[in-house]
Amino acid sequence: LLFAEFDDAANLLAANPDATTISIDEPTEIPKNQHGRLQGPGREEDDELLGTDDSDKTELLAGQKKSAPFWTFEYYQTFFDVDTYQVLDRIKGSVFPVPGKNFVRLYIRSNPDLYGPFWICATLVFTIAVSGNLSNFFIHLGKPTYHYVPEFRKVSIAATTIYAYAWLVPLALWGFLMWRNSKVMSIVSYSFLEIVCVYGYSLFIYIPTAILWIIPEKVVRWVLVMFSLCLSGSVLVMTFWPAVRDDNRRIALATVGTIVVLHALLAVGCLAYFFDAPELDFPAPVIPAHNVSTVITKS
Amino acid sequence: FAGLADVSISEDIPVEGEITVPVGSHSPDEDYSTLDEPVRDTIMRDLKAVGKKFVHVMYPKKSSALLRDWDLWGPLVLCVSLALMLQGGSADSKDDGGPQFAEVFVIIWFGAVVITLNSKLLGGTISFFQSLCVLGYCVLPLTVAMLVCRLVLLAGSGTVSFIIRLIVVMAMFAWSTLASTAFLADSQPPNRKALVVYPIFLFYFVISWMILTFTPQ
Repeated sequence: LLFAEFDDAANLLAANPDATTISIDEPTEIPKNQHGRLQGPGREEDDELLGTDDSDKTELLAGQKKSAPFWTFEYYQTFFDVDTYQVLDRIKGSVFPVPGKNFVRLYIRSNPDLYGPFWICATLVFTIAVSGNLSNFFIHLGKPTYHYVPEFRKVSIAATTIYAYAWLVPLALWGFLMWRNSKVMSIVSYSFLEIVCVYGYSLFIYIPTAILWIIPEKVVRWVLVMFSLCLSGSVLVMTFWPAVRDDNRRIALATVGTIVVLHALLAVGCLAYFFDAPELDFPAPVIPAHNVSTVITKS
Repeated sequence: FAGLADVSISEDIPVEGEITVPVGSHSPDEDYSTLDEPVRDTIMRDLKAVGKKFVHVMYPKKSSALLRDWDLWGPLVLCVSLALMLQGGSADSKDDGGPQFAEVFVIIWFGAVVITLNSKLLGGTISFFQSLCVLGYCVLPLTVAMLVCRLVLLAGSGTVSFIIRLIVVMAMFAWSTLASTAFLADSQPPNRKALVVYPIFLFYFVISWMILTFTPQ
């Protein structure tokens, strides 16, 4: 993609030699150097993680992209400039995290979109509410005192929780990273939208997890929690570790730890609130009657 | 203008013509004349337009009538009747019952607005109200499903009635989604069609879920 832009410029120049041009020599040299450097040992992983090979060009592109003023409709259209295959690629990248590859640099590439985070959160809200309702229905199915209720209140609670997590936590994290960046010069910094994007796409794994939580077995549910937490947590950790690595060791570890803990809290909280615990099978009405009758005969 | 100073009109030639501007377009005439027509005609015209759109939804062919002459009367009637029929569930203050009237209303209208905004942000060429009109009218199959479910529930609420309701709701959900996709898909850029169709699917899925889980008191 990036090389194609320079080709177009050359073609345009050939077509119209009188046009004013700005020649930027440096970026064309950097990729060649990168190819040489990538062959070297040791720093290869770091370069891929940091994305210094295209960070200059991504900064240029980022500057050219969002030029419309924020009160026009076109400004917001730049956040939805994704095709179907791009969204599917990003989802795939969040579900199968490649160790060593940074989600933001690899998939987002300075084109953060709001489509993924918004609709993944919406799907997750309804999936959790519907699955929780279904799971409770199956758990309490045989009991004579159980009257099915759709529990529609829980949809609004789920919506508030998930949207607050997907937007407020990135806001806090972005603010925190900006503050630390002013003290410690870090090579990697993310814009607010990129952080929202990572968080939104990392929530995707919880959608199939929520559907599988219908199975009323405690062990199965906790295994699912661990598994999805590992996958999405690793995406988040691999994204944010390079950003805080240059900082004070304890602060870096505390930041990454907080990210993982909050993510775990979301998963466990949803499991605890929306899904009733599968009860052990015991014939509840029968035993007290026997006790009462034995007590009466004894006395 | 120098040459015109020499031009003069001889007094022998009569100057004639019409000064009035011929009224060729329809709308100024109609605006003036609909004041004189009986109220019944005015109302019947709107009702016929709404009825024609209902027919278009039930037999979705790619006609542009739904898109060209949008109106929001049909969606309003459908939304209110669906929300009313979803009442009468368990309204205990202790139990989390079904959705309240306001919740259904908000879900349908807010959902339709969000989907319309989504399709416009992705580069769709349809106008805002046309999209709202289509999404609202395509709730018709689900309203029919709600009616059928209530009638089935009058007969009984066992497993058989649940299976009948499930089949009916699933069929109507598929019908709604296909109808709205048939009308809306053409106005989207081709490599983003799935991105636009998915929220529509989610929207009708949520409405279908509300209909299916309706339990009378």
